[in-house]
Amino acid sequence: MIDGFLALYLFMLAAFTGHEIISRVPVILHTPLMSGSNFVHGIVLVGAMIALGEATTPLQQIIGFIGVFLGAGNAAGGYVVTERMLEMFKSSKKPAAGGENK
Amino acid sequence: MQTAQIVSFLIQASYFVAAVLLILGIKRMSSPVTARSGIQWAGIGVLVAVVATFFHSGKPGHVLIENAALIFVAIALSTAIAWVWGKKVAMTDMPQMVALYNGMGGGSAAAIGASVLLDAAMSNNPEHALTMTQALLAVIGALIGSISLTGSVIAWAKLDGRMDKTFRFSGQQVVNGACFLAAALIGLYAVWHLETQWVVLFFALALTFGVLMTLPIGGADMPVVISLYNAFTGLAVGFEGYVQGNIALIIAGTVVGAAGTLLTRLMAKAMNRSISNVLFSNFGGGGGSAQDIKGSLKPIEADDAASLLYMADNVIIVPGYGMAVAQAQHKIWELSKNLIDRGKSVKFAIHPVAGRMPGHMNVLLAEAGVPYDLIADMDDINPEFPNCDVAIVIGANDVVNPVAKTDKSSPIYGMPILDVANAKQVIVIKRGKGTGFAGIENALFYQDNTRMLYADGQDAANKLIAGLKAVDGGGGH
Repeated sequence: MIDGFLALYLFMLAAFTGHEIISRVPVILHTPLMSGSNFVHGIVLVGAMIALGEATTPLQQIIGFIGVFLGAGNAAGGYVVTERMLEMFKSSKKPAAGGENK
Repeated sequence: MQTAQIVSFLIQASYFVAAVLLILGIKRMSSPVTARSGIQWAGIGVLVAVVATFFHSGKPGHVLIENAALIFVAIALSTAIAWVWGKKVAMTDMPQMVALYNGMGGGSAAAIGASVLLDAAMSNNPEHALTMTQALLAVIGALIGSISLTGSVIAWAKLDGRMDKTFRFSGQQVVNGACFLAAALIGLYAVWHLETQWVVLFFALALTFGVLMTLPIGGADMPVVISLYNAFTGLAVGFEGYVQGNIALIIAGTVVGAAGTLLTRLMAKAMNRSISNVLFSNFGGGGGSAQDIKGSLKPIEADDAASLLYMADNVIIVPGYGMAVAQAQHKIWELSKNLIDRGKSVKFAIHPVAGRMPGHMNVLLAEAGVPYDLIADMDDINPEFPNCDVAIVIGANDVVNPVAKTDKSSPIYGMPILDVANAKQVIVIKRGKGTGFAGIENALFYQDNTRMLYADGQDAANKLIAGLKAVDGGGGH
């Protein structure tokens, strides 16, 4: 288990990181970025997997199953939607598509 | 024992790699050039963590996690549905899809909370007992996650047109407040007295509150709400991560929580609404004593509008959500290319809340093939309007309404707007005479230098292209 103050430091540093990362984002990327950050919290799937993995009673298994199902939807859906949005961003200065690394 | 330690070490290492990839992924998504690789890095991060978790075995001698088959079925089923749906949904419908997927994440975090709390409440095994901090954070995370789940589903239903825009009744705020207070107090009580019935009641109230809270919010404010729920889910994931002792979840969740909160504030600011204003007040209901607008609406035919464009050197196009609804962005880009071929400067002016989320309009224009360096932010383009010969407003309304600067009694007073009113000539393409989201008349439409082109967006663009070709025989210069 994580010690209380250590966790507090973690929360604080992560919060600053999130704030810093997004404060330099151009407006044109706000929607893809919201969608991208939506995908990032899809990591919750890992937590739900562990919850279902530790489930012993049928009730816990049902709750765990719902958790994994929802978490996987968050991750998969968030990824597809974000990638679809981002693959459309092209610059007129580099008209040939594929300028970005694949 | 030795191998178990190695496996455990590898799982922890893969979580660390995942956390690094997720943060770098968001970082790369903050520039248009690297954005595409950003989501791919983040994707690899989650994939690595998920694969590693399959080897998180609780019992000695077992290679895979318990219930591995069940987990696999749940992931396969959900991924298949979400993947197919996400692939085929139209770009205009993206905001509600983000809302839905975000709600699922919130629900997942709430399920983790439910699982941990019920486990502690039902079993006598001291191994399953929670510390006070764990129980408290499990409850808070579950509360936020539950609100995000049901609230996002309502937001999705509203934006997808599956539900009437608003549900309001007198005393609604009191009912909502009571519901929230009850959920919070019972949740708090359950921290000290972990019993099944309190946990169940707590979840019922929390889920109900998510619905109640979102029902009275109108469509115009939905982007702010979706963004807020996105931040909520992030926080919920972070808190449940603490309960489970999973640092990757804490970091990823908190980063999203902080970034989402900032994004929500940026959005609310662009709409000149405080977050509390969005959540607790009704918009566009009262209105009342708006100033009378002088002048008249002056219609124009497409051919005449094409001639105006032919004479112009600097053209600025101001698209709004109406253009996207009419699916006119491809035609408008074709029109723009026709203008560029004739040696004119064409720019697209985007209000921060054009579309339904900040940047949504950029995505829609990008889909039509408009290069992003022709697209200008409000702050960059506003000084250029006085030099603009013709500004074309298509499907935008409130974001170009000058009463936001002049009429203190207007509900949109103070909202930053695009200064289209300063252009030498304005052409407004519009289907009919209706008002915008805010339900107020637009003074721009009544200005002396404004002409109204009443047509469907695609039709109008087609006619303008034909009109341009009629003027110079189709060849350009």
